Amino acid sequence: MTQALLELHDIRLSFGRLAVLKGVSFDVHPGEIVALVGDNGAGKSSLIKVVTGVHRPTSGEILFKGKPITLTSVRKSREMGIETVYQERALADQQELWRNVFVGREQTGLGGFLDIKRQKEETRRLLRDYMGFTSEVIGVDSEVKGLSGGEKQGVAIARALYFNAELIILDEPTTGLVLSEQRKVLKFIRNIRDKGKAAIFIDHNIFHVHDVADRFVILDKGEVAARFTKQEISRDALIDKMVELHEKGTIAR
Amino acid sequence: MRFFIARNRVPVLVTCICVLLFLIYVVGAPDTFLQPGIYAALMGTVAFSGILAIAATFIVTLGEIDLSFPSIMGLSAWVFAATYSSLGNFPLSFVLCLSVGLLLGLFNGVIIAKVGVPSIVLTIGTMFVWRGLIHVLVQGQSITLNQLDGTIWNSLLVGRFAGYVPAQFIWFVGIAIVLGLIYRRHRFGSHVLFVGDNAASARMVGIDTDMVKIQCFVLMGAMSAIAGLLSLAFNQSFFPTHGDSMLLPTLSAVFIGGTSVFGGKGTIWGTFMGVLIMGSLETGIVALGLTGFWYQFIAGLTIVTSVVIYALLLRKVG
Repeated sequence: MTQALLELHDIRLSFGRLAVLKGVSFDVHPGEIVALVGDNGAGKSSLIKVVTGVHRPTSGEILFKGKPITLTSVRKSREMGIETVYQERALADQQELWRNVFVGREQTGLGGFLDIKRQKEETRRLLRDYMGFTSEVIGVDSEVKGLSGGEKQGVAIARALYFNAELIILDEPTTGLVLSEQRKVLKFIRNIRDKGKAAIFIDHNIFHVHDVADRFVILDKGEVAARFTKQEISRDALIDKMVELHEKGTIAR
Repeated sequence: MRFFIARNRVPVLVTCICVLLFLIYVVGAPDTFLQPGIYAALMGTVAFSGILAIAATFIVTLGEIDLSFPSIMGLSAWVFAATYSSLGNFPLSFVLCLSVGLLLGLFNGVIIAKVGVPSIVLTIGTMFVWRGLIHVLVQGQSITLNQLDGTIWNSLLVGRFAGYVPAQFIWFVGIAIVLGLIYRRHRFGSHVLFVGDNAASARMVGIDTDMVKIQCFVLMGAMSAIAGLLSLAFNQSFFPTHGDSMLLPTLSAVFIGGTSVFGGKGTIWGTFMGVLIMGSLETGIVALGLTGFWYQFIAGLTIVTSVVIYALLLRKVG
């Protein structure tokens, strides 16, 4: 098997006496989409925050391309090639696309002034090559608010790919979108795999999860409850498994 | 051309309002507004609140506000007046004056960004604190600066360029051009726009949002010191109320200029036009034959009308 892109070994995270993650291990390989599923409070978000450098794990080891790493900030994980796409935080609505694509990684010339021409050219290329936008309706000078919810996330994903992100983390990318928009987002996610990059995908919609992901990691109360590859489990069986865990949890509480 | 207008509705609109206003002045009061002297006088007076308004555009773009800049202006001008009138050393007095502006701006910025006090609340407080400090320090006394008259420094600050253009207006235009370029075409300006638009998203891409806020308040402090010094040189004397009258015309110019109070959107050009509108109204109204009593009424109407139009425009575009 190929070298794993990201490996988590026995990750634990506690806030005071509250243990949020109780020894989670999993890995992601290049060209693979791994879905993290589980009820609210299962530890999905906390795990994501560990991988993106928001939270430092209490213990455990993180390997990126086989080397142990310490993630201390969002900026650092981004520089390393781990990028998160949050729905409502993907882009700034009132700014032009060319500004959004390069924000935080500006192409600058003398004295920190922006190379606007270059940023626009590259944004045009990005929209065409990564998103298939050729229309004049959405151009590099368009403000983001003119885009649909799905397109915004598409731009955020394309931006991550453009800047050579190796691993893209998608936090509930289809929640709250209309059907046609959900379909667009799923297409953009498949695009990540087609480019040979990896993704961690979190979503409540099991239909989407099963449709897009190659492997499933089911979290329950801060632990890995089960793992399957797509071949191992049908969509209905995955749903049954989720319902079973959910009901067990409810009764135990 | 149509594309340009569509993309720049607000600055185009405010430019039209400004041009229309000056046409009204010229048609209604040709005796005054066909004389070159009136323009020199206007340029001389708009510069002070103009410099303040350019810096305030950055603050408003962040979605923040600063009400304390007139007091920063006053305190830094006092430091200049006190130092210069006793030592007669311009460079030293200038450095002290600017340092006070920078420090007071830094104070605002750090408390707002790091402690999390809302800017409107904090700057109401600091507005009183710094103004109060001036009153305590000077005990009602004014300071005259006759020594400054006739020096090279005075000509540089408030002299006449080519015998016509007031130097302070050239400073204002220069500052507007430099900060205008930074606002739209520099990494810093871009970050200001993003922090004001969507702070969470700005943080996600690694922008230090606290630092951006602090830098904007420091900029406001520095420009307050410069405006304070220029108006001090212009008046040749320091009064404890120095700068007090600047608050509303300055902020009005920013809002007439179309900078959104919600943050993330604005233009330096719009603010520049707003400054010309606010700065010419009083003179224009009197020249048109109305009494000065009309000034506040008409200034108020102009502000209300323009912000209502912008709100409607933005809603329509969606």
